[in-house]
Amino acid sequence: MIISKQWLLDDAPKSRTQAQLGRLYVVCLQLAHNPLAVIGAIIIGGLIITALFAPWIATHSPIAQDLSNRLLPPSSTHWMGTDELGRDIWSRVVFGSQITLTIVMLVAVIAAPLGLVVGAIAGYFGGWADRVLMSITDIFLSMPKLILALAFVAALGPGIENAIIAIAITSWPAYARIARAETLTIRNAEFVQAVKLQGASSTRIIARHILPLCTSSMIVRVTLDMAGIILTAAGLGFIGLGAQPPLPEWGAMISRGRVFILDQWWVATMPGFAIILVSLGFCFLGDGLRDVLDPKHGSE
Amino acid sequence: MGWAVNKNDDTAIAASQTEALSRYFARAVQVGTAFAKFVATIAVTFLGLAALTFFIGRVVPIDPVLAMVGDRASNEVYEAAKIEMGLDRPIPLQFVSYIWDVLNGNFGLSISTRQPVIEDLIRVFPATLEMATLGIIIGIVIGVPMGVTAAAHRGSWLDQVIRTVGLLGYSIPAFWLGLVGLAIFYARLRWTGGPGRIDVFFDGMIPPVTGMLLIDTLIAGEIDVFWNAVSHLVLPATILGFFSLAYIARMTRSFMLDQLSQEYVTTARVKGVPEFFVIWRHAFKPIRIQLITVISLSYAGLLEGSVMIETIFSWPGIGNYLTTALLNADMNAVLGSTLVIGAVFIFINKFSDVMYRILDPRARS
Amino acid sequence: MSNLLDIDNLTVTFPTNNGPIDVVKGISLSLGRERLGIVGESGSGKSMTGRAILKLIRSPGRVKADRLSFDGIDLLTRRERDMRAIRGARISMVMQDPKFSLNPVMSVGDQIAEAIKTHQRLSPSQVRAKTLAMLKSVRIEDPERVLGLYPHEVSGGMGQRIMIAMMLVPEPDLLIADEPTSALDVSVQAQVLDIIDNLVTSKGMGLILISHDLNLVASYCDRILVMRAGEIVEECAANKLHAAQHPYTKGLLASMPRIDEDREWLPVFERTSGSQT
Repeated sequence: MIISKQWLLDDAPKSRTQAQLGRLYVVCLQLAHNPLAVIGAIIIGGLIITALFAPWIATHSPIAQDLSNRLLPPSSTHWMGTDELGRDIWSRVVFGSQITLTIVMLVAVIAAPLGLVVGAIAGYFGGWADRVLMSITDIFLSMPKLILALAFVAALGPGIENAIIAIAITSWPAYARIARAETLTIRNAEFVQAVKLQGASSTRIIARHILPLCTSSMIVRVTLDMAGIILTAAGLGFIGLGAQPPLPEWGAMISRGRVFILDQWWVATMPGFAIILVSLGFCFLGDGLRDVLDPKHGSE
Repeated sequence: MGWAVNKNDDTAIAASQTEALSRYFARAVQVGTAFAKFVATIAVTFLGLAALTFFIGRVVPIDPVLAMVGDRASNEVYEAAKIEMGLDRPIPLQFVSYIWDVLNGNFGLSISTRQPVIEDLIRVFPATLEMATLGIIIGIVIGVPMGVTAAAHRGSWLDQVIRTVGLLGYSIPAFWLGLVGLAIFYARLRWTGGPGRIDVFFDGMIPPVTGMLLIDTLIAGEIDVFWNAVSHLVLPATILGFFSLAYIARMTRSFMLDQLSQEYVTTARVKGVPEFFVIWRHAFKPIRIQLITVISLSYAGLLEGSVMIETIFSWPGIGNYLTTALLNADMNAVLGSTLVIGAVFIFINKFSDVMYRILDPRARS
Repeated sequence: MSNLLDIDNLTVTFPTNNGPIDVVKGISLSLGRERLGIVGESGSGKSMTGRAILKLIRSPGRVKADRLSFDGIDLLTRRERDMRAIRGARISMVMQDPKFSLNPVMSVGDQIAEAIKTHQRLSPSQVRAKTLAMLKSVRIEDPERVLGLYPHEVSGGMGQRIMIAMMLVPEPDLLIADEPTSALDVSVQAQVLDIIDNLVTSKGMGLILISHDLNLVASYCDRILVMRAGEIVEECAANKLHAAQHPYTKGLLASMPRIDEDREWLPVFERTSGSQT
C-alpha cells in the first residue's frame, strides 16, 4: 500500500486507518499554514529532542560542582555561565527539560483521562450522576488552582511527585466540563441510538463511541493548559515545594539565582528564558490546533 | 413574542400600564430568584471548599496532637490532649465543629506569628487588595483597547504583536518577571522603590485606617509618604497588571471578532456609520457584559497571582503570609489563607455570574 | 437618461485551501429606477453580488470589475471613507433576518435615529419626529411604544418592518433587499413585501430583490435575472418568465409544486455539470 497524497485526501476512504491518517494529514497541512503554530511545533519538538538526548546535548554534567569556577558569566565554555556551585547552567537547563517534560506528560496522563471519564459519565447518564459529579467539578473549578495546589503540596510534603499529583488534582475539572458538553451533544445522535439498538453496553458506547469524539477538543485544551502547568510547577519549585535540589528544575534554579540577581543576572534569568520559550511553544501550538480542530471557537 | 398592533388607544395605554407593572414584578421576582440562587451556590461551593481544606488538614503527615504536646509526653497526656482537641470524636462531628469554627472566623493560632490566624489575615489582606486593585485597573485600561484594536485589524502585524503579548502573559512566570523587573527598574535604573510597601524610614508613621497605604497616607496628609508608597507599589502592580491585561486583551479580541462577524455590524456599515462607531458602538457595546465576567475572573486571578509577586517583592500581603506559612509547615495559617482566598475567589466568580444575568437586556424579558 | 447602476464583468473571489474560488464569475448588469429581481439557489452568488455593490465584501474576499458605477459615480475607485457617504444615504440594504441584523443591545429608536444622524444634521426633536413618521409609514401603529423596545422584544415581521424603516429613512436611491422575507412567517411575508413595494414605487427608487423564490420575485419585480454558480444564466421580463429558455430556469419552474398538483414526483435538478462543491 502506497501512502500518496491522493490516498490521504481521498473523499471516500476505504478503511478507518485511511480516514484517520487522511484527517491527520489535513490537520498537519492546515497547521503548516499557520506560522505561529509551526514555531510552536518546532519548539515542542526541540523540547522533546533535548529531553531525550540531554546527555549528548549538554556540555557538562548538570550536578558536578566546580567551586573554582563559581558564578562565571556566559562564555564559549559555559554558554549560560555557571551558578554558585560552579555548575554549568546550560547543561542544567538542558537536563531540566527532562523534568519539565515529565511533569507535563504525567499531569496530562493523569488529569485528562480522569476528567474525560468523569465528564462522559456525567453527560451520558445525566440525572443524579450528572448532578453530583458536576457539582464536585464546579466546586473545584470555582477555586483558585495555584492556591489549592499549594495547600495540597503543603499537606503531602514537598517533592516533584507530590507537585505532579497536586497539579493533576486541580486540573481535571476543566476537562470534565468539556467532556460533558461534548457528550451531551453526541449522546442523542442517531449513530449512538443505532449502537444502542444493537445492544451495546453503556461502557462500550462511552469507551468506543463517545470518548473518541471528545479527543480533539481535549487535545486542544490540554495543549493550551500545558503552559499553565509548566508555570505552576515552576512556581512550586521556586517556593521550594516542588522538585528538590540538586535536581535541575527550572523554577528551583531561578529561586537559587535570586540572591545573585543584581550582580550575576544570568543565574536566575537563563532558566526563566527556558520556561518562557517552552510555555510559549505550547501556547502557539495550542492556538493553532484550536483554529484547525475547533473552528467554532477559533482564535479566541 | 408578538405584540398586537391594532389596539384602541385607551385600552392600549391601560394595557401598557398593567404590562409595565407586571413586567416590573416579574423582574423583581427574577432578581430575587437570581439572588437566592447566588447565595445557595456560594454556600454549597464554600462548603465544598471547607471540606477540601478539612480533608487536606487531615491528610497532613504531621500529627496535630503531637505537635501540641511534644513527643516526650506520656500516653495519658496525649490522650487527654486528643480529647480536649476533639480529635477523638467521629469525623463527621469533627467536620461540623470545623465548619462552626470557620464560620466564626476561628482558624486557630498561627505557629509562626503566635497570633490567631484571623487577626493576621485581617492585617495582611488590605495590602494584597491594594496591589491587585491597581493591577486590574492597569489591565482594563490597557487590555480592553488592545483587544479591540487587534480584532479591528485582524491578521495585520498589529494583531500579531498584540496576540503575542497576550500569549506572553500565559508564558512568563510571574516570579521571574518580578525578579527581572526589580533588577532592572529598582537596582539598575532606580526608577521605582524596592521591595516592601514603603521605605523603612517611613515605617510605622502612618496610622492604619483602611490598611491600604495609598488611602491612609492621604488621610494622614503625608504627601511624601504617599509618593514613596506609590513608588513601591508601581512595579508589582504593573507586573500583575501585565498578566491581567494579557488575559483581558485576549478575551476582548475573541469577543470582538465574534461581534464583528455579526450581521448587525454589517447593518451598521450599510447605514454608512463611520468605522469608529461601528466598532465601539455596535460591536463593543454588546460585549461589555461579557467583559464584566472576564474582568472579575481576572481580578480573582490576581489575588492568586499575588502569591508569587508578593514573595518576590516582600509585600506584606496574604500571598506572602501564605508562602511563609507553607515553608514553616504552619497548617492553620495555610488553611486559613486558602479558605479566605478561596472564599473571595468564589464570591467574585459567582457574583459575575449573577451580574451577567441581571445586566443582559436579552435576559430581561 | 443614464442608468442608476452599471456593472461590468464583476468577479468576487474567496481563497480556500484548494486555491481561490470565484463565487461571482464576471457578471454584468444595469439597472434604472426599476425593480430587478435576482433569483438563484443558495451559493449561487446572488447575495455576494448585492454586497459587492456596497463594497461590503471583507477581506480575504476580493472584488474585481471592469466597471461598477452608481449614478455616474465610480464605486471601484472610491475609498472606504467616501463609500460611507453613499452607504445608507444613496444605497441601502435590507437583510435576511431581523433577529441578527438588528443590534440586540440598542433600542429600536436609537438604531433608526443613528441612520438619520449619520447623514443629516437635525435637532433631537426633528430626528424623533422623522423616526416616528418612518415607523408609521411601515405600518407600525404605535411608534412611540416601539421606539423604546429592544429587538428581542418585537416579532420577526415587526423587526423586518423596523429594518426597512431604518434603511429607507435617509431616502436612498437604491434599495437592495437580500432575502427580506425568508426568515419570516408565511403570514407576514406578503405584508412586508407590499410595504417595500409601496415605498419603492412611491419614492421612485431602484430595487434589487434577491430571493430564491421565483414566484415571489416574479410578482414584485419588473425584470428577473437568474443566477447559478456565480453566473447569470437567464434574463427576462417578469411577465415573460414562462417563456424562459435556459434549462436551469425551466428546471426551477418545473420543481415548484402547484396547488393543483398531479405529478407523483417533483423533478429534482440533475447536478452533473457546473455544480459547486
